[in-house]
Amino acid sequence: MVEIPSGSAGAIPSAEVEDVELYHPKSWWTKYVFSQDAKIIAVQYSVTAISIGLVALVLSWLMRLQLAFPGYFAFIDADHYYQFITMHGMIMVIYLLTALFLGGFGNYLIPLMVGARDMVFPYANMLSYWIYLLAVLILAAGFFAPGGPTGAGWTLYPPQAVLSGTPGGKDWGILLMLSSLIVFIIGFTLGGLNYVVTVLQGRARGMTLMRMPLTVWGIFTATVMALLAFPALFVACVMMLFDRLLGTSFFMPAIVEMGEQLQHGGGSPILFQHLFWFFGHPEVYIVALPAFGIVSDLISTHARKNIFGYRMMVWAIVIIGALSFIVWAHHMYVSGMNPAFGFFFATTTLIIAIPTAIKVYNWVLTLWRGDIHLTLPMLFALAFIVTFVNGGLTGLFLGNVVVDVPLSDTMFVVAHFHMVMGVAPILVIFGAICHWYPKVTGRMLNETLGQIHFWTTFLGTYAIFFPMHYLGLLGVPRRYFEMGETAFVPPSAHTLNIFITVMALIVGAAQMVFLFNLVWSLFRGREAGGNPWRATTLEWQTPQTPPAHGNWGKELPVVYRWAYDYSVPGAAEDFIPQTVPADGGVTREVPA
Amino acid sequence: MAQTTGTHGEPDLRPAGLRGVAADFSSDQRAFKTASWGKAMMWIFLLSDTFVFGCFLIAYMTARMSTPVAWPNPSEVFALHIGGQDVPLILIAIMTFVLISSSGTMAMAVNFGYRRERHRTAMLMLLTALLGACFVGMQAFEWTKLITEGVRPWENPWGAAQFGSTFFMITGFHGTHVTIGVIFLLIVARKVWRGDFDEERRGFFTSRRGRYEAVEIMGLYWHFVDLVWVFIFAFFYLW
Ligand code: HEM
Ligand SMILES: [Cu+2]
Repeated sequence: MVEIPSGSAGAIPSAEVEDVELYHPKSWWTKYVFSQDAKIIAVQYSVTAISIGLVALVLSWLMRLQLAFPGYFAFIDADHYYQFITMHGMIMVIYLLTALFLGGFGNYLIPLMVGARDMVFPYANMLSYWIYLLAVLILAAGFFAPGGPTGAGWTLYPPQAVLSGTPGGKDWGILLMLSSLIVFIIGFTLGGLNYVVTVLQGRARGMTLMRMPLTVWGIFTATVMALLAFPALFVACVMMLFDRLLGTSFFMPAIVEMGEQLQHGGGSPILFQHLFWFFGHPEVYIVALPAFGIVSDLISTHARKNIFGYRMMVWAIVIIGALSFIVWAHHMYVSGMNPAFGFFFATTTLIIAIPTAIKVYNWVLTLWRGDIHLTLPMLFALAFIVTFVNGGLTGLFLGNVVVDVPLSDTMFVVAHFHMVMGVAPILVIFGAICHWYPKVTGRMLNETLGQIHFWTTFLGTYAIFFPMHYLGLLGVPRRYFEMGETAFVPPSAHTLNIFITVMALIVGAAQMVFLFNLVWSLFRGREAGGNPWRATTLEWQTPQTPPAHGNWGKELPVVYRWAYDYSVPGAAEDFIPQTVPADGGVTREVPA
Repeated sequence: MAQTTGTHGEPDLRPAGLRGVAADFSSDQRAFKTASWGKAMMWIFLLSDTFVFGCFLIAYMTARMSTPVAWPNPSEVFALHIGGQDVPLILIAIMTFVLISSSGTMAMAVNFGYRRERHRTAMLMLLTALLGACFVGMQAFEWTKLITEGVRPWENPWGAAQFGSTFFMITGFHGTHVTIGVIFLLIVARKVWRGDFDEERRGFFTSRRGRYEAVEIMGLYWHFVDLVWVFIFAFFYLW
């Protein structure tokens, strides 16, 4: 049991840092376009990320159409299929999820939740967005470049990524992809440093680390991880760019292409895989940890109950973050690396399951006997738990070498990672948008449209990805343009494929409902007021809604308690905001 | 430590020892009580940059150990022909000396900055920038020499092609860091000379007050670039 001094004995120290002076916009341009206000930057990040995400969504329809009706759509040939796969995967993982969680939610929520006026360096923060936009534009340019975008798969494995057999390998595609990633990483670093320093050094009086909402913990840890993992991708991209442009042989062994001996020799393709996955595995948690954090807050708020095991939740986030740097080679069981490595990496992988399982138990225990309100955010949070557990369990299968080897590169893997890092975080994003939309816009989302969207998306994604496990067990390979007549694939698998595609189109259509809801509610939504969910955290205690530039009025908030004082016995209301000073009976302890 | 008083003048009730460290770190407002925002940001950036250089160097080691062709002998390749004799590593020794000296002048600049002696600070920063520029100049000379001898990113006359690729890539990346450092040294030196930090003149883009701390943050970066060089030096030239 660790006692948190909740304002007793005048434990709130005076301010250590003088209040900052913010940049005052001098014109319309610096107010709305080149804004240095983290909230506007957050919206810019989110809109850009969602827009490019829609491109990835459309690509997934095209892939599904091809898989269900091979040969029907003449414009989708094998090359196009690979290009769609690659762009779909890369956009979803990096340009949508990473940018939206860290650049979007991070920018909006961190300063508000820790009680700061803005990010610590608003100018660098603004640059971060514009560099990100540049990266997105370079990426999208691939669609219009001669030869089209790269078709190397989102893993971009050399040597094939830079050879002529792969779409874009000897054209612009791969160059644009690598440059875009490099630019993205530079932009992200500018923003990421800001998020980390704001959390570490920019908190309000009384906001100790152990009073921060889990959302902040999740985004913070993910950002630290990103700052340490992206360097590996950066280096890998630079080296592959040189292999392709200067004719170096970092990743290129001696190789014959179309009967012709290439100039390359002596490089190591496995080196690329190590660099890529040293980034790639932490990347999974870079999108998962913010989701974990946000979902904890959604559950606690909408079940009107304090989060179960706050301290455990914090440590689980930190431990998952640390462990995820030593598991990367579980993506390389079939790469021919030393079998002893396989043993090591399988062990570390399975160990991560422990803190992860703790988190799941704690979410469920928070719900246990809570006053559950089935609002949209809560529905999405519940859907997240179900989906995440499903994806997590198949992860245990794939983490074991002997099980992974036959399943590797089958639809089982596609099912696994879509469940765990595709659908689950996306569900949290929807929940989070429903939860914070009233703060951002001052209006509530339309509930009916929201329900339609929720049920179609939740049930629909299950209908898409659950059967893929079965396809994978049958041996249907991943990244195949068409199956053809294969003896081990029964005809029923083709019927299943058609079903999956129909569901994918329906789920896609449901997203249009969501977008419509976002726009419609902006004008017609019910007025939300300052704190519609009756939540405790600081962002709901701002003097204005939406919060003004500088977030708080003249005085910065002072924090007296942790973020989870819901249904405190003896209190007048079922929530006590963090800014309410302690009084007699409701000073509380955090259970360890 | 338990005896110190808190900022608000009351006796400090925080625990001593390791628990005290934890309590300080997790206390409100700031985790690092003595670090300003700028300094904290630079430290974290350097941590991230360490990973970049770390990945580059590990990639280099992997390439060097796994390439099927022999690696060129560094003490022959990097020798200069002086007075009818091959002197191994002479250029690199001078370069290293110059760069390490520049760390010394930088440290002095920081010191004078905190004493508010702006002209001395600015001069020392200029000297640092000059030494940095010398370093880059000598690196350009070394590159030219190697290129005239036939070293290319994709081949060289003596052995594994990866020698040229890694050499140009890593020294080039480090040289870029030094060059960026020189540019920022000049910018900050100008501000110091003009007295921006004495008047707390506001930044054009940021509208934040200028502070002498900028000199120290600049110094952190500069020492880091030096430190990285020591590793590059050891792994490239001495291995
Ligand atoms: C309704 C939504 C989605 C559908 C219908 C869908 C469909 C697909 C399909 C058909 C493939 C190619 C499978 C193959 O032939 O190998 C694929 C690959 C992939 N998807 Fe999705 N997807 C969706 C959402 C997402 C999301 C949200 C993510 C975010 C993580 C994601 C990440 C990926 C990745 C990383 C790949 C692998 C690309 C590669 O193999 O290089 N997808 N998806
Ligand atoms: Cu992994």
